[in-house]
Amino acid sequence: MNNRTETLIPKLGVITDIRIDTPDIKTFRVVTPDGVKPFEHRPGQCAMLSIPGVGEAMFSITSSPTNTEFMEFSIKKCGCVTEWLHQAEVGQQITIRGPYGNPFPVDDEFAGKNLLFIAGGVGLAPLRSVINYCRHYRDRYGKIDIVYGSRSKDDLLDYKEIIDEWCGDDNVNVHLTIDREQEGWDGHVGFVPNYVKELGFDTDKTAILCGPPIMIKFTLDGLYSLGFEKTQIYTTLEMRMKCGVGKCGRCNVGSKYICKDGPVFRFDELDELPDEY
Amino acid sequence: MRKCSLEKIDLIFAEIAKEAKLYLPADGADGKTKYTQWTEGVKWSNALNTVKSPKEFFFPQTEDLMSFKTQGKNIEIIDNRSETEDFVIFGVRACDVKSFDVLDRVFLKEPVDSYYASRREHGIIISAACTRPSETCFCKTFGIDPTEPSGDISVWKTETELFLQSNTDKGAELLKKLNSLTEECDETAVNAQKAEVSAIMDKLPLAGLTTDKFGAGKTKEFFDAPEWDTLSEACLGCGTCTFVCPTCQCYDIKDFNTGNGVVRFRCWDSCMYSDFTKMSAGQPRLTQKERFRQRFMHKLVYYPENNDGLFSCVGCGRCISKCPISMNIAKVMKTMGGQGK
Repeated sequence: MNNRTETLIPKLGVITDIRIDTPDIKTFRVVTPDGVKPFEHRPGQCAMLSIPGVGEAMFSITSSPTNTEFMEFSIKKCGCVTEWLHQAEVGQQITIRGPYGNPFPVDDEFAGKNLLFIAGGVGLAPLRSVINYCRHYRDRYGKIDIVYGSRSKDDLLDYKEIIDEWCGDDNVNVHLTIDREQEGWDGHVGFVPNYVKELGFDTDKTAILCGPPIMIKFTLDGLYSLGFEKTQIYTTLEMRMKCGVGKCGRCNVGSKYICKDGPVFRFDELDELPDEY
Repeated sequence: MRKCSLEKIDLIFAEIAKEAKLYLPADGADGKTKYTQWTEGVKWSNALNTVKSPKEFFFPQTEDLMSFKTQGKNIEIIDNRSETEDFVIFGVRACDVKSFDVLDRVFLKEPVDSYYASRREHGIIISAACTRPSETCFCKTFGIDPTEPSGDISVWKTETELFLQSNTDKGAELLKKLNSLTEECDETAVNAQKAEVSAIMDKLPLAGLTTDKFGAGKTKEFFDAPEWDTLSEACLGCGTCTFVCPTCQCYDIKDFNTGNGVVRFRCWDSCMYSDFTKMSAGQPRLTQKERFRQRFMHKLVYYPENNDGLFSCVGCGRCISKCPISMNIAKVMKTMGGQGK
């Protein structure tokens, strides 16, 4: 019996670094106790992290698969597991299992395309994996635009990496915005959906969205008004999950289980599903 | 086919119990029929079926998955899975046998659930044909013949005799061990009973219920149907239907601090509960209407869509007899147009 594999039984992970990104988001670096990356994954896939006695929850893997040394998770403090993680220290062991879900089609549908990433708040976490994957294999993709917005300058995730690395890349255009005027901010001010419309992107792009539902809704409207088709727009969904493999029964939207058939969907695929997400 | 006199039935049970733990429906002191381990003196119930379904033999109401020891920042993961012992469940009705197929398609699909798989491999199912189907029965709606139950061995009980037939290698092996108590026979008596019971089935109140309206690809047609409002109006969200249902398979995973470590266990959960889908980021199913709709859409549309058209209902009728507000899948199907004749 014990020689059977069992997906519900996790492996051990160790938190080797904790970066404070924003007042409520920290990025945790995780390796196995032997110091290696817990497992391979594809951009957009997720992992179940747990602290025994506290609970288990699904998180998107924010580090790129091209990172061979460790995995990173950007986690917003908002529930039992996340609050516990936020008070954890370096050296803390956790459990980890995965990878779960389907990745973004970075090697097929995205190949050769101009890419437009649009994120709001902690919605950048799952997209960072894709962005860094595409930056790593830069010649496989066309022009890359990134629109990222948050409540304030202090709430922008991965700010240092964006400024130091992404902004310096050839053919990568980063457009940052914050919701309200703030001292020390001379960049754009305004909500993401409006900024997308102002920037007025050509429709020769594949758009990848992640953020709060309200941002997704209005950004979609903006993209449609610019002439984008549903078949050009991707997103990643979030639902409550327990098993991660389509058996515990709670993360479905219609007949699709978000953990197994998602979390990545194209908007024309989402159109086929009932509006219950 | 083999047969024996009903007078020998306890000898049959004793012989099976020599091979493995034997469970069968027996009437408790509270008058409720439940699967009970057979020992000398335990009588096979005459009741049509058990209150709870036998799904718990393979998917227990609660089960430990693993445990942990924590010390400071360190964690030890303890895989305390053990091999299940062989067991036999006797007297399983055709509807409940079919429910194992429905569960198999969830738990045995990759990645295989090793807890469930181990129990499936070690369980022998002896099914029993129905002789007195009740007005809550509608297994025929889902293509199930209550007179022809599958399983490793099928049995038919008449006034005086028990007829046995094996359907699998596992069943044949066990049946061979009962040879000294049984004798070879033809199917005349069994066929007569089948005809009699089939005639009763055709006269049952739910005999006209059909699945034609439902199945894969019907999400758009039913999801926004106005009928959900009235159908779900009185639902208390108690979850009784999901707990007595032989095909409901949703589960929760929780940690329990024993004081000397942590046990991670799973237990049955219910889509009828508000907590089921609640996240810190929001709640996709805000009211009981959405939860109610999920349960029936899953059984009649979503599950068939993912499982070659198979419905996730076997017509056992437990929800009909147990729902405190008398709502059930048969009423939902009728309201949505599933009443054939």
